[in-house]
Amino acid sequence: MHVPLGLILVPLIGAFVMLALGLTKMRKPLVIACSTVIGLGSLHLLFNQLHSEFLLMPINEHDWLPVFGWLGLGIGVLLFIISIRHRQYLAAILAATQATLAWWAEHLTHISEQVVPAPMVIDHLSTIMAAIVGLIGGLICVHAVGYMKDWHEHHKNLPDRRNVFFFLLFIFLSSMFGLVFANSLPWLVFFWEVTTICSFFLIGYARSDEAIKNSFLALKLNLIGGIFMTLGWILIIWRGGTLDMLQIVASGDALYLLPVAMICVAGLVKSAQFPFSPWLLGAMVAPTPVSAMLHASTMVKAGVYVIIRFAPVLQDTTAGLMISLIGATTFLLTSLIAIGQNNAKRVLAYSTIANLGLIVTCAGTGQYNAIWAAILLIIFHAVAKALLFLAVGTVEHRLGSRDIEDMQGLIMRHPALAVAMLVGIAGMFLAPFGLLISKWAALEALIVVNPILPIFVVFGSSATLFFWAKWMGKIIGAEPGTRPVPDDTHSLELIVLAVLTSMVIVCCAAFPWVAEMMIDPYVISAYGRTMIIDRETMVVMSIMLLLVALLPLSLLYRGGERFRRVAPYLAGANYEHPYRFTGSAGKEYSMGFKNYYLAEYLPEAGICRWGYLASLTLLLVLMVVAL
Amino acid sequence: MTRNFLAGFAYLLLAPVIGAVLAGIDRRITARMQGRRGPPILQPIYDLFKLLQKEPIGVRRTGHFFVFGHLIFMMAAGFEFFFGGDLLIVIFAFALSSVFLVLGAYAAHSPFSHIGAERELLQMMAAEPILLLTAMGFYLANGSFRVEQISTHPVPALYVLPGIFAALAFILTIKLRKSPFDLATSHHAHQEIVKGLTTEFSGVSLALVEIAHWYETIMLLGLFYLFLAPYPVAAILLVAVVYGLEILLDNTSARMKWQWAMKSSWTTASILGAINLIVIYYWLGGQP
Amino acid sequence: MSFFTKSPWIVHYDGASCNGCDIEVLACLTPRYDVERFGCINTGNPKHADILLITGYINEQSEPVVRAIYEQMADPKVVVAIGICATSGGIFKDCYNTKGGVDTVIPVDVYVPGCAARPESIIDGVVKGIAILDQKRKTLKESRKAS
Repeated sequence: MHVPLGLILVPLIGAFVMLALGLTKMRKPLVIACSTVIGLGSLHLLFNQLHSEFLLMPINEHDWLPVFGWLGLGIGVLLFIISIRHRQYLAAILAATQATLAWWAEHLTHISEQVVPAPMVIDHLSTIMAAIVGLIGGLICVHAVGYMKDWHEHHKNLPDRRNVFFFLLFIFLSSMFGLVFANSLPWLVFFWEVTTICSFFLIGYARSDEAIKNSFLALKLNLIGGIFMTLGWILIIWRGGTLDMLQIVASGDALYLLPVAMICVAGLVKSAQFPFSPWLLGAMVAPTPVSAMLHASTMVKAGVYVIIRFAPVLQDTTAGLMISLIGATTFLLTSLIAIGQNNAKRVLAYSTIANLGLIVTCAGTGQYNAIWAAILLIIFHAVAKALLFLAVGTVEHRLGSRDIEDMQGLIMRHPALAVAMLVGIAGMFLAPFGLLISKWAALEALIVVNPILPIFVVFGSSATLFFWAKWMGKIIGAEPGTRPVPDDTHSLELIVLAVLTSMVIVCCAAFPWVAEMMIDPYVISAYGRTMIIDRETMVVMSIMLLLVALLPLSLLYRGGERFRRVAPYLAGANYEHPYRFTGSAGKEYSMGFKNYYLAEYLPEAGICRWGYLASLTLLLVLMVVAL
Repeated sequence: MTRNFLAGFAYLLLAPVIGAVLAGIDRRITARMQGRRGPPILQPIYDLFKLLQKEPIGVRRTGHFFVFGHLIFMMAAGFEFFFGGDLLIVIFAFALSSVFLVLGAYAAHSPFSHIGAERELLQMMAAEPILLLTAMGFYLANGSFRVEQISTHPVPALYVLPGIFAALAFILTIKLRKSPFDLATSHHAHQEIVKGLTTEFSGVSLALVEIAHWYETIMLLGLFYLFLAPYPVAAILLVAVVYGLEILLDNTSARMKWQWAMKSSWTTASILGAINLIVIYYWLGGQP
Repeated sequence: MSFFTKSPWIVHYDGASCNGCDIEVLACLTPRYDVERFGCINTGNPKHADILLITGYINEQSEPVVRAIYEQMADPKVVVAIGICATSGGIFKDCYNTKGGVDTVIPVDVYVPGCAARPESIIDGVVKGIAILDQKRKTLKESRKAS
């Protein structure tokens, strides 16, 4: 009973203690302690929740609404002032609008005497989300301890404000827990706004012009989302509906369609779907743990989480189809764009948007099996993407570059980091790893619903195959005899990477269990039935995983005694040195290996333009059909 | 169940033999088309056993790792297919197998195999949508992703999936490494990137790549068999015609650039494949 | 008889020459001569090949290249020198840059005379090479057993 409250309060209190302590050595143990507590707490919740369907938290909403109202207003004023100071007048207007609307909505709620009996509810979906936030978020915080030390050594010109950094991270975690436990729309909106603000400050942490510009971009777009969500809230009160999310979902009343569509728009913004995607790419200027936590594994998942929450309302509606189509368009186009990126973080960002698009595609249909696939995607993507972001961040500090081309032969230079990265990448696109299982489930689910959606998915996933595989190729292609570089990676970073790497594998091995114990109960409670995977498929997946696991054993065989190492073939011209060759007039050249990026054929700006156009049209249709 | 296992193990045992003989016939027919006598039918098997006896050489000692992966997952994909399992899983295992080969070429860290690997990935990207659309099409036609159900369905899938069939035949050229799509590596000598993908594989490694390719060929032809599964004789005839046309195409066309390979296959996939899928979805009245 | 005699794969290198012999080597692949009858494939890749066909003489520039290509072939392997230039330097023998025939750089197993060598004699040379290839395989096997 007290665990959920603890999950919200522990990071909250921890955050303020860290802020108050300033720059001390105490922060490290404090961060580790807080992360451990929330990690274990969320696990406890996950395992204990397995026995019951709901956990209602009887909190009197009336006592809390004014508190949230004042806090929200305070945050609005703060954002307004900051925006004015940076001459970001649009942001200021949006902040003011959002705060006013929220205040008004609060007021209307008060007048209508709407009380949600249980403003916080813990069901299977919330526990899954909480486990992701607690475990992965906690791990990322621990990684950040080592990473931020390095980061400030790389950015000597900046004042060390690490206490503020961790303050924001933990405030964010606290609000994330609040968000996934919320069952009352006003609560959801409040926590939603807090995550927006944390993201805003964290993106701007580096305080460079670019960082400030991008943080305001993120703020503006997310405020638009927030405004939509608040409008949805107001609309429900006008139409005389309830603010209890479980009841909204259960009622099946058509009056909720438009409000839910508006809330879903907020979800689309938060999960950076077209046409709102630019903010997530801009957010990549933030230190990597921020990208890993907010912009890959947790905050952006809040966007798809609300869509999944409200998905039963979208079942068999044109509005739902439009949301699915926006997701599908995003998945296809961002996967294509990712091919042209050589900046590792941008590839990850685009791939994140793409995967969120896939989740939105599934969620928008509101069908039980698609929702099942969507939740599975959330879990696997969160783990694999967190690992990848952290690995890229750590590698970036070792190499001084986040260009994929500079990762040539990483497997020999930094074997441990390379293995973590390879497992992460494999987890993103290869059978029998997590994401592919989900993609399989998604395809099986979508084809039943609509033939157009799987077509998008099919083309998009072919594109993902290309950019992931060539990245893997970059990492493993090394000159024979390359020696490992002495590694000065912070031990905490390595531990976190190791834990996440094993989590990717364990999640995959435990997939049938995850499905049966965690996802099925939620899907059954919301839809009355669930996706059935026959035993044979499970067995086949397990056998494949076993084969993958056994394959590295073949590395023990080193080619036998007779093995003779030869230079790569280059028409014999590389006789002096395997990777240099003698050209005309006896001149020596060295060889370089570059990957294909097809930038000429897949122009980022051009594809984005089409994406914005298509998705804006779909958004418009969505609003019209939801009316 | 016993039958499924028998079929699966029969595939594991017989596919390389049949594949090798098929490759031999292919070389013979190719030679005849060019006005030559051509090698013995069993030539691919002679080549294989020779390769197995060669001295082990390589750019690095761990090159065989990826080749093992390639072969094992090709076998797994084929086994699952002939076992009668989920078609989507077959396709995913197949993709995994191909990725292993590509990674092996990358790991060799050689200019020619590197370009071969990039091109192979492009070709995989070109072919993958149609393979997955085929699975979708079978599902709509027969109500199941399982090969077993598809093959025992009384109405041949070809009747409702002509577009997908044509699209699949189109990308078969890519998968069989035949002109105009033998960009990544070629059966024929003298390619502009030497042997591309397989440049750095030699001896046993190359032999294993060959075996995997025979497994691959048989599995892909099996996919065509499914289109007319209720009529075994007609189905085998269909497979023979498709393969014959591939040989003809191989001998009558020049190698195209990857841009063309990409554009043409995605266009084919979206016109023939996707439209076929959408039409039968609504024709068969939504949920199968 | 072993599989080596049935599947001799070839890589062809031109040291430096008038290209006459090269054209004759390629002529062997044409329908008129069709060496694929014997399982010969022109692989163009030393890592796949069993027989190295060299046309032309060896000069200062091609010497290390020939060595490198020979090095990159897996045992057992056979070298066939095609044409008089490859055999002894031919009319280029006294040229300022000439090192000499192929055997000044790597061991040659079969010499095919002619200027240019005729396809029939090239095929004959390859067939002789095949026999030596099989012999080498046996020797290798025995030496492995012995050690």
